[in-house]
Amino acid sequence: MTNPPAVTVRDLTKSYGSSVALHGVSFDVAPGETLGLLGPNGAGKSTIVEILEGHRDRSGGEVRVLGTDPRRGGLAWRSRLGIVLQSSGEAGLATVREEVALAARCWRRPRDVDEVIAAVGLTDRAGARLRSLSGGQRRRVDVALGIVGRPEVLFLDEPTTGFDPEARRDFWALVRSLSDEGTSILLTTHYLDEAAQLSDRLLVVDGGRVLAEGTPADLVGASARTPRVTWRDATGTHEVRTDAPAALVARLHADGGEPDGLEVHRPDLETVYLELVGAATGVAGAGGAAAGGAPDRGVRATGTEAVAS
Amino acid sequence: MTALALGLARARHEVRLYARSADTVFFTFAFPVLLLAVFSVAFSEQSFGSDADGLAVTAAAYYLPGMIAAGILLSGVQGLAVDIATERGDGTLKRLAGTPLPVSSYVLGKAGQVLVTSAAQVVVLLAVARLAFGVALPTEPERWGRLVAVYLLGITASALLGVALSRVPSSGRAATAVVVPVTVVLQFVSGVYLPFTQLPEWLQVVASSFPLRWIAQGLRSAFLPEGFATLETGGSWDLPLVLAVLAGFVVVGAVLARLTFRWTRADA
Repeated sequence: MTNPPAVTVRDLTKSYGSSVALHGVSFDVAPGETLGLLGPNGAGKSTIVEILEGHRDRSGGEVRVLGTDPRRGGLAWRSRLGIVLQSSGEAGLATVREEVALAARCWRRPRDVDEVIAAVGLTDRAGARLRSLSGGQRRRVDVALGIVGRPEVLFLDEPTTGFDPEARRDFWALVRSLSDEGTSILLTTHYLDEAAQLSDRLLVVDGGRVLAEGTPADLVGASARTPRVTWRDATGTHEVRTDAPAALVARLHADGGEPDGLEVHRPDLETVYLELVGAATGVAGAGGAAAGGAPDRGVRATGTEAVAS
Repeated sequence: MTALALGLARARHEVRLYARSADTVFFTFAFPVLLLAVFSVAFSEQSFGSDADGLAVTAAAYYLPGMIAAGILLSGVQGLAVDIATERGDGTLKRLAGTPLPVSSYVLGKAGQVLVTSAAQVVVLLAVARLAFGVALPTEPERWGRLVAVYLLGITASALLGVALSRVPSSGRAATAVVVPVTVVLQFVSGVYLPFTQLPEWLQVVASSFPLRWIAQGLRSAFLPEGFATLETGGSWDLPLVLAVLAGFVVVGAVLARLTFRWTRADA
């Protein structure tokens, strides 16, 4: 329990001239934990990840990855990281096996090349040139290159873009097995189901701020998931949030027979997420109750002033 | 795995990829061979002087050292500058920057690729000159020694300057547009296509601040009859000066490459 965090971020800020990309972001990734970083395009996710990877400098705040400031991270530090960037446009003249085998040589204790290729499901295509692969297959090579060095901390930046549903399930299994081996993972993704499936904790970011942080169960927990019953009658459209939707529907039926447009809706992660992000950016949320619908129990909502606006 | 072993492994990989790329095989590898063939045929009726025994120097014999020099420049400066700028543009270098690959291993891999492919190019040029155009290759060991010394210094300087030049293009796509004009102009003013001493003196001075002029002169000393030395700037081959200048370019290239190399373009 006293292990230092794999990743520590405190009051991280980043500005480009007068435009501010990050307004003081703080979070930790515990050893062996998978943290899901969620947010719309332009939220600041990639900026955070690139600063942690040492690809980008920061304007202020403290950052430690495996105890080292990425500004000063040398090759020994790099050898403990695995990085899967967003997809690149490499020429792809090498074969899958050649590329993975060459990358493996950089690390002191690499995984077996064929095992890695099998783990990402490309055994059949091991001898194919990268440029002949489909987008999803190419992405799996990126993942293979990121994990071949047996990293202690793994950065996955939208790793399953272009995967078909089966490949995505296989990839989830792979990430879980890496996690079981003790790998700390920072996962950036657009897919909420993926974030919920894989992450021990979620961090919702938008406008360079952390809007909410908690376990998937917290974020989509009891209070956030209070079912919503909507129906219409002569006086208009009604919406009631209640923990006993069946009782409400029975009473409606007893009072006036079959109501028009009756719906019982239990918010899923996506609804909660859209409400959070929508409220923060001033865009209409998923429902009329967006402003009051932000999760309030078991979740540290750090952007409260923005949510309230 | 040491940085050296890693560099050699990368060199093998790079050579393999070079051979698979139609662009580099044509524009870098085959181009000087093609030009040698074109010049040998086009100027076959022209007189290029004769050797001590009165035998005429053919167009193929006259242009062979120039084409080898051009190949050294293309393989090193043009090949690497375009290759590295492209890899910087397409995200390869950003990915490598995130791995424990030492910069020295990456550069060594590129330099190894240049050395292997340009040496193969020299062999092909010699074979074509000898077999297709009947050029008599040097018989004295000293002339082969000149070839090896000028080649090694020239290709090393070219490769290092190519690494440095790769920093200039703003994108992979711009790389060819930025680099090719530089190498084409250098070939025209360095005595590869046109006799160096026929250029205006100021242009000779300008051209002398680039390595190609010295590579071409050094290679002429290896292939052309001794009597042709009188046609050079100082009336002699000036081989010690040629080698000293090329060694200087190796040092300058190494410093520039070291100072300018970055995995990615913007570290903002």
